[in-house]
Amino acid sequence: MYQTTYHRASSVDEAASLFAKGTEAKFLAGGQTLLPVMKQRLASPSDVIDLGKIKELQGVELSGDVLTIKAGTTYFDIMQNADVQKAIPAIAYLTSVLGDPAVRYRGTIGGSIANNDPAADYPAALLALGATVKTNKRSISAEDFFQGLFTTALEDGEIITAVSFPVPAKAGYAKMRHPASRFALTAVFVAQTKSGEIRVAATGASQSGVMRVPAIEAALKAKWSPAAIDGVSVSASNLLADIHGTAEYRANLIKVMAQRAVTAAG
Amino acid sequence: MGVEGIGARVVRKEDKRFITGKGRYVDDIKLQGMTHAHFVRSPHAHAKVKGIDSSAALKMPGVVAVLTGQQIVDDKVGNLICGWAITSKDGSPMKMGAWPAMAPETVRFVGQAVAVVIADTKNLARDAAEAVVVDYEELPAVADVHAAIKAGAQQLHPEAPGNQVYDWVIGDEGATDAAFAKAANVVKLDVTNNRLAPNAMEPRAAIADYDAAEEHFTLYTTSQNPHVARLVLSAFYNIAPEHKLRVIAPDVGGGFGSKIFIYPEEMVALWASKKVGRPVKWTGDRTEAFLTDAHGRDHVTHAEMAFDANNKITGLKVKTYANFGAYMSLFSSSVPTYLYATLLSGQYNIPAIHAEVIGVYTNTTPVDAYRGAGRPEASYLIERLMETAARQLKVDPAALRRSNFITEFPHQTPVIMAYDVGDFNASLDAAMKAIDYAGFAARKAKAKTEGKLRGIGLSCYIEACGIAPSKAVGSLGAGVGLWESAEVRVNPVGTIEILTGSHSHGQGHETTFCQLVAERLGVPISQVSIVHGDTDKVQFGMGTYGSRSAAVGLTAILKAMEKMESKAKKIAAHALEASEGDIVIENGEFKVAGTDKAIAFPMVALAAYTAHNLPDGMEPGLKESAFYDPTNFTFPAGAYICELEVDAGTGKTSFVNFVAADDFGRLINPMIVEGQVHGGLAQGIGQALLEHAIYDANGQPVTASFMDYSMPRADDLPSFNLSHTTTLCPGNPLGIKGCGEAGAIGASAAVINAITDAIGKNNLEMPATPDRVWRTIHAA
Repeated sequence: MYQTTYHRASSVDEAASLFAKGTEAKFLAGGQTLLPVMKQRLASPSDVIDLGKIKELQGVELSGDVLTIKAGTTYFDIMQNADVQKAIPAIAYLTSVLGDPAVRYRGTIGGSIANNDPAADYPAALLALGATVKTNKRSISAEDFFQGLFTTALEDGEIITAVSFPVPAKAGYAKMRHPASRFALTAVFVAQTKSGEIRVAATGASQSGVMRVPAIEAALKAKWSPAAIDGVSVSASNLLADIHGTAEYRANLIKVMAQRAVTAAG
Repeated sequence: MGVEGIGARVVRKEDKRFITGKGRYVDDIKLQGMTHAHFVRSPHAHAKVKGIDSSAALKMPGVVAVLTGQQIVDDKVGNLICGWAITSKDGSPMKMGAWPAMAPETVRFVGQAVAVVIADTKNLARDAAEAVVVDYEELPAVADVHAAIKAGAQQLHPEAPGNQVYDWVIGDEGATDAAFAKAANVVKLDVTNNRLAPNAMEPRAAIADYDAAEEHFTLYTTSQNPHVARLVLSAFYNIAPEHKLRVIAPDVGGGFGSKIFIYPEEMVALWASKKVGRPVKWTGDRTEAFLTDAHGRDHVTHAEMAFDANNKITGLKVKTYANFGAYMSLFSSSVPTYLYATLLSGQYNIPAIHAEVIGVYTNTTPVDAYRGAGRPEASYLIERLMETAARQLKVDPAALRRSNFITEFPHQTPVIMAYDVGDFNASLDAAMKAIDYAGFAARKAKAKTEGKLRGIGLSCYIEACGIAPSKAVGSLGAGVGLWESAEVRVNPVGTIEILTGSHSHGQGHETTFCQLVAERLGVPISQVSIVHGDTDKVQFGMGTYGSRSAAVGLTAILKAMEKMESKAKKIAAHALEASEGDIVIENGEFKVAGTDKAIAFPMVALAAYTAHNLPDGMEPGLKESAFYDPTNFTFPAGAYICELEVDAGTGKTSFVNFVAADDFGRLINPMIVEGQVHGGLAQGIGQALLEHAIYDANGQPVTASFMDYSMPRADDLPSFNLSHTTTLCPGNPLGIKGCGEAGAIGASAAVINAITDAIGKNNLEMPATPDRVWRTIHAA
């Protein structure tokens, strides 16, 4: 690890002003990606501003049909939260298959979506549920937030404060775990909103990060059942291919995981 | 058996320090004035080193020195050696290129060191290493066996034309050809045995400390065999004569073979400590472990098996290409030859075998012994062949094996090995009963109704362990003898220290070796300690690998114990005014048989050291040593059966059951044996389903971290169902065969045989990743 200066911020405003003072500052929001990358000397931030002790970034609120998870809430706390389990159990399940126990004690939802790893779990949930990302400056729809591999709508120094999920009528998640990293080799989140809209998002599959799968959405719109997806053709073009899965395999997984997610959603 | 004697499930003495974080590993050791080394490593798989500019690095804070490959050559530090000479079929010796500890002219794999920075801290050394400018001229690379043997392929070493180290054969080619000419059926199979990275929990590390006044070096290192390290460093690398070099291997966190070898980093640390006049520490990180720890396996094989009309095997032909990587590591040459082809008879009566092994260089990390070393490759090949044969001949795979089992012992195979004892039917019976083999067809049919593909796979393995009789290995080209030594030191009040040349790096010797003493003397194991891993304390030893420590190391202890007991009996007889022949040892006392006359063992010890009343002419003291050279290999064997289901939608495998019925001869501590089997099975299953060290076509490693290299985790594995059948090894007095490698040798074939049974297609390579299985299911 290169030399860096560590700061522990006590408020979002303080974190923002510390960031502005640094030459190449980075926010630490759990650090499950940032710290390994720094240890391998692939990142050399001048300042690391830890958001982990900021009280206003902690917790979960369920208000009517909106579930809000504050950005600094750890995966473990999300998984254990009664409101999450009640309102959107698919999110609790997704969190339970994310990483491993050590990662779940440290990692946060804000850290995950700010990093926007193309194989991360949460982006699929945000996109399928039509969530809104709240920052210290504005609100951004999930659709607009995720902009490709490791790229988001966040501006320099902008801090995610919370994610708001509209509570769906039904939702389900199915994941094929990457055998080494435990990210998604391919995973699919399906949701049926209370207004009847069908949204399907796949992660770990596309070369441009999390994506909607319109063909499967159309099939599920016609009939909400796993069998409805049988005849859908998912193209392998523009899908990721690596030592753990060919593009054709990932195209197959999009279908199979979508079917299993529908089964899980009920 | 006492509560702490042979056969007792004694809790491991060493675990108190390990599970409370009090182990003392090399990296825990800090010496006064210690500097830290960081290596400058090649980013290229193959390149000329045109120049190294250290000027900027030398000006950086805390930098003590930057040393290069040319300097180590100039100082006449020896090149790394390969300690087992193999002769090609044309009678020529194996052809090896030089391997300097740091490359002065040419780098041949990604991660090969070209220079080292010595600095006050690790981080400063690392900072400065980034400022060392190396001018490389890239050369084309050959990344695998297929590329290496192609006509016109880029050559690695001028000494080895065609990138070929040797072309070695074993067996009777004429007899084998004749068997095939008369065969009723021939079964053919092509298999790749995937390359693995060993990944011991503790990365390699070294601290070198040079005492200029005494011209004496001390090396703390992560070694499975510190005496062998000292021998090689002294005799071949010109570091220092043996009496001026102390090697200490303290607690070592796993080896699996990868810590047998003497690597460039230890050599450089020693050399550098003299150059800079301060101790030098190097601790590898995980990336360096992936890049520089010797890899395992990596064979490409074509095999054919001939059967007569009664489904009896009549012949076996094998042609294997073994990838050695860029240089010949210490024992690499023996692995695909004498540790592989000599086991190709498996558990079967095969009248004629012929095998050819071609060793090749590639621009990859050197390959050497890894848990099982050659025997997993042999076992995997034979057991996949047997399963393939059963399918082709349409007979039950268990029945085909039984009809070909060797049932009479001793049995001389056509490939050197003389099996001393075994009962292969007994282990197969035990495994089949444990898994309810007879009920499998019904379970498979039921699974099918639930949309699941269920399969069962057998693997009847045999290995050659206890490595090995010195005369035998010497005649086959080994540069060392493979005996073991021991010393029993009884202290004046009766506590006992056992000094052993074996080295424990996870095996539990501090417990099992004490159990032998408890068994013989009836003293508690708390009165006994095991001393190992230090060339200043233990006179000599060959170390731990090849499942040898109980069969060879413990037998050496037994021999020393017998000598000590013999003297102690004389002392006791003298004190009790009895005849030496009437003395028996029971519960820590020396008794006159059939009487109540007795003297406690501590009093015997005290008498030996006070020497006030010893028999006439007897020397004081109670300390004996022994060397033990085994008379044969030992032959652990067993039957593994795996039952699993494959998800046709994803290709993912889920275990239903895994049974292992092993014959290890006598067990010293069944709990520790089970732990050894669990770990071995995890590595065997890891090879079958998950692990693969991969290079791209340019020789760049693509699995150099745990984000890409799939290590088996607990939830990837089933709960193992273990049992033991026992035939005592006649080759050593305790009847021990060894248990350290069995799981890794036998497991992979059982898994692949089960998957191919489930999906109804035989053509499947390891690791059987979900992607690969899915593509195989859906292949035309």
